[in-house]
Amino acid sequence: MAKVTVDGIEVEVPNGSSVLQACEAAGKEIPRFCYHDRLSIAGNCRMCLVEIEKAPPKPISSCTYPVADGMVVHTDSPMVRNGRRGVMEFLLINHPLDCPICDQGGECDLQDQAMGYGMDHSRYAENKRAVKDKNLGPLVKTVMTRCIHCTRCIRFIAEVAGVPDLGATSRGEHMEVGTYVEKALGSELSGNIIDLCPVGALTSKPYAFVARPWELTKIDSIDVLDAVGTNIRVDARGPEVLRILPRTNEDVNEEWLADKSRFALDGLRRRRLDRPWVRRDGKLIEASWSEAFAAIAEKLHGLTGDRIGAIAGDLCDAESMLALKELMASLGSANLDCRQDGAHLNASRRDFYTFNTTIAGIEEADAILLIGTNPRREAPVLNARIRKRWLNGNIPIGLIGTETDVTYRVQQLGHGPVVLNALNEAFAGKLRNAKKPMIIVGQAALARPDGAAVLAAAWRLAASVGALTAEWHGFNVLHTAAARVGALDLGFVPGANDKSMAQMLDGGVDVLWLLGADEFDTARIGDRTFVVYQGHHGDAGAARADVILPGAAYTEKPGTYVNTEGRVQRGLLAVYPPGDAREDWKILRAFSEVIGHTLPYDTIDALRKRLELVNPVFARIGFLPRFGATDQAGPAGDPVALSDTPFVPAIADYYQTDPVSRASPTMAACTATFATTPLVAAAE
Amino acid sequence: MGESAQTNPVPMRDSFQPSTFAFDAESEGAIPGILAKYPAGRQASAVLPMLYLVQNQMRRQTGSAWVPIAGMDEVARRLDMAPIRVYEVATFYFMFNLKPIGTYHLQVCTTTPCWLRGSDEVVAACRAATGIEGWGETSGDGVFTMTEVECLGACVNAPIIQVNDDFYEDLDGDSTKQLLEALRRGEPPKPGSVKGRQTSAPEGGPTTLTTLQFES
Repeated sequence: MAKVTVDGIEVEVPNGSSVLQACEAAGKEIPRFCYHDRLSIAGNCRMCLVEIEKAPPKPISSCTYPVADGMVVHTDSPMVRNGRRGVMEFLLINHPLDCPICDQGGECDLQDQAMGYGMDHSRYAENKRAVKDKNLGPLVKTVMTRCIHCTRCIRFIAEVAGVPDLGATSRGEHMEVGTYVEKALGSELSGNIIDLCPVGALTSKPYAFVARPWELTKIDSIDVLDAVGTNIRVDARGPEVLRILPRTNEDVNEEWLADKSRFALDGLRRRRLDRPWVRRDGKLIEASWSEAFAAIAEKLHGLTGDRIGAIAGDLCDAESMLALKELMASLGSANLDCRQDGAHLNASRRDFYTFNTTIAGIEEADAILLIGTNPRREAPVLNARIRKRWLNGNIPIGLIGTETDVTYRVQQLGHGPVVLNALNEAFAGKLRNAKKPMIIVGQAALARPDGAAVLAAAWRLAASVGALTAEWHGFNVLHTAAARVGALDLGFVPGANDKSMAQMLDGGVDVLWLLGADEFDTARIGDRTFVVYQGHHGDAGAARADVILPGAAYTEKPGTYVNTEGRVQRGLLAVYPPGDAREDWKILRAFSEVIGHTLPYDTIDALRKRLELVNPVFARIGFLPRFGATDQAGPAGDPVALSDTPFVPAIADYYQTDPVSRASPTMAACTATFATTPLVAAAE
Repeated sequence: MGESAQTNPVPMRDSFQPSTFAFDAESEGAIPGILAKYPAGRQASAVLPMLYLVQNQMRRQTGSAWVPIAGMDEVARRLDMAPIRVYEVATFYFMFNLKPIGTYHLQVCTTTPCWLRGSDEVVAACRAATGIEGWGETSGDGVFTMTEVECLGACVNAPIIQVNDDFYEDLDGDSTKQLLEALRRGEPPKPGSVKGRQTSAPEGGPTTLTTLQFES
């Protein structure tokens, strides 16, 4: 530790820290543009100047200067103030004065710091430099004349996203940030450069000229478009969600957000179900809530529980799934399933279906084996964590599955599960020698006839290489559906004598309740089955439905979600559901009253109490303790042997995975742009 | 949302850019020697000599020494670098020509010592002889390209022009005119001082140490 005195305040910081970090530890704010604590240090904006005693007698950029014991730093001396003013004047020489028409206005670092260090007039009479805008694809809008060359976007794309597309070409006055040869940024994390850009050079293309930051109400929520559980902030004005930004959560998403989660929000305004519908004589007719309920009640009348079933979709909150489960129980049915893709997930023990190492734990791992997963497509933010670990060096990563560029180097070990029987001896040795090996099983490995055997084999492998110890749990299931772990925690799966999803289809039940379930072939539902679709988008499920109950999307209801790690998180209501649509648990509660099986909760708090009773994990909000493996016994094996059929990627098109993204024009533009790139072509 | 969200990016390539580039046998022969200068895993350091290789090969093959994008991509592939990292290097150094140039690249020094010694005359003579108006332009016949360069490090022989890889020194208006005429005829004179002095020795022979005798 080094003792540093900053403006008379003595702080102790670890050796190797920068002076800027020491100043922050002392509570002194240092203005900066290029420095970002999650990126490498560039030291090229010169805004973070400080004065250091007994150092060279000049302003020193604090982000690049290492601390020394006994250092005395001044952050507000005349030399510092003059230095920063000079830097600001230089930055503003070429920066346009177009704040009134700039989307960054109101949340611009340059604007803010110009208040502190800018002059009230310009001494520069020459022409300002103008730079041609770049086309970086359908997500990021550029106004390159505003660029101050901090290079944050270049460093993010190269380091965190691992897709080195951006660079600074030419030099001096002619330096330009861009791709040189025009191309769309091929990263699923590209939207983050909008947040990183300290000026208005990179802004959101779909959000261009839509709103000013001070007009927006900002609500904390949880993203549901993948299973990472990224913490988000929903910015809304009136009834519309206008943008979605990441919130910092070191344990989950650091401060990143995947592109689909950020940009699919225009899908929340399209193809919405905003009133109940009832099918009469083969046609869907607008109906009132009471008519819709009456139609279902009439159909349910006289049916025994085994002729009724329910399927929960991928975006559901835990509250509504519990309400549906208990509604089904009151009707005598336990025909429940949440595994639309037919994944052979084993719900008998929690560590059989969660990402036990935790996302932050990836950074401790020293060997990783990916089985039937492409984390870059299935969980881009989690993939960035694997890449971060890989960049730290010295980690073998193996892949069984489709060859793709996952942004770090992997050793291709095979394509199908049969490889698990005879794993490449050299790689198996690396796993055995590793102190903290990780095995990550994707949905592509489980959603297939031999899925249960793959799960069991992966667990056996984890046990045999020492990945399951009292301190370290190296067995991980990577989910793609935000609702899945919560549903498994609730027991939204059939018991031994109940009907699974496959048995409910093909006429296995007479009434099938789809709670936002769109990700399966609805043609497999039997012709005579009466389908109730409760959800928010007119997608596959609604098209087949006999009764449509309009529900709320994730931004329109308070909801509890459990991410792939098993972390329970809560989102808040940002806007109200459109038209007659209602929060899903309220719909189920209201319907239960119609059929005389009133569910015993009138408020969401009462429902959440109930949730905690069903599974105590729901009481642990946000916080997730790390568990070791207490029991080495694995999930029950499956009589089906491991086949040599190659794994088929779980996600064919990253930009079209759920009703929200399928309704989004921005995501459609992304699909059109990126469908030609080899990576997507390979994934399909 | 906005209409712009619907437009797909179209690769921006000037029509003069060839779609492919492959090293010829002569370049291939030089590559192992270049790569051997750098430790294993540090082969990206070879990007500058590799780019020169591309530029020289283009001179051999097309008569115009320049680096096409396809050539930069090939260098990136050989050195296991991201293409953008090669673009950054190639655009940083103006010794790499990023578009086709004339057969003779006239790099005229106009920095202070050359300017004091009459580089304005040299520039005027170049303009008159080639018909080129602005900097960086190529003459209509495709023989000359004129570039203004900063100090070439030969101030004692100012003013000078670098033609492709050779220096022509001690120029004035007339000698520049003669030089360009010779070049146009395809008879490049011997590089060095056009006044015939030995490197930077005094004009007309030594002025000091004249009594010294060397046994030969």
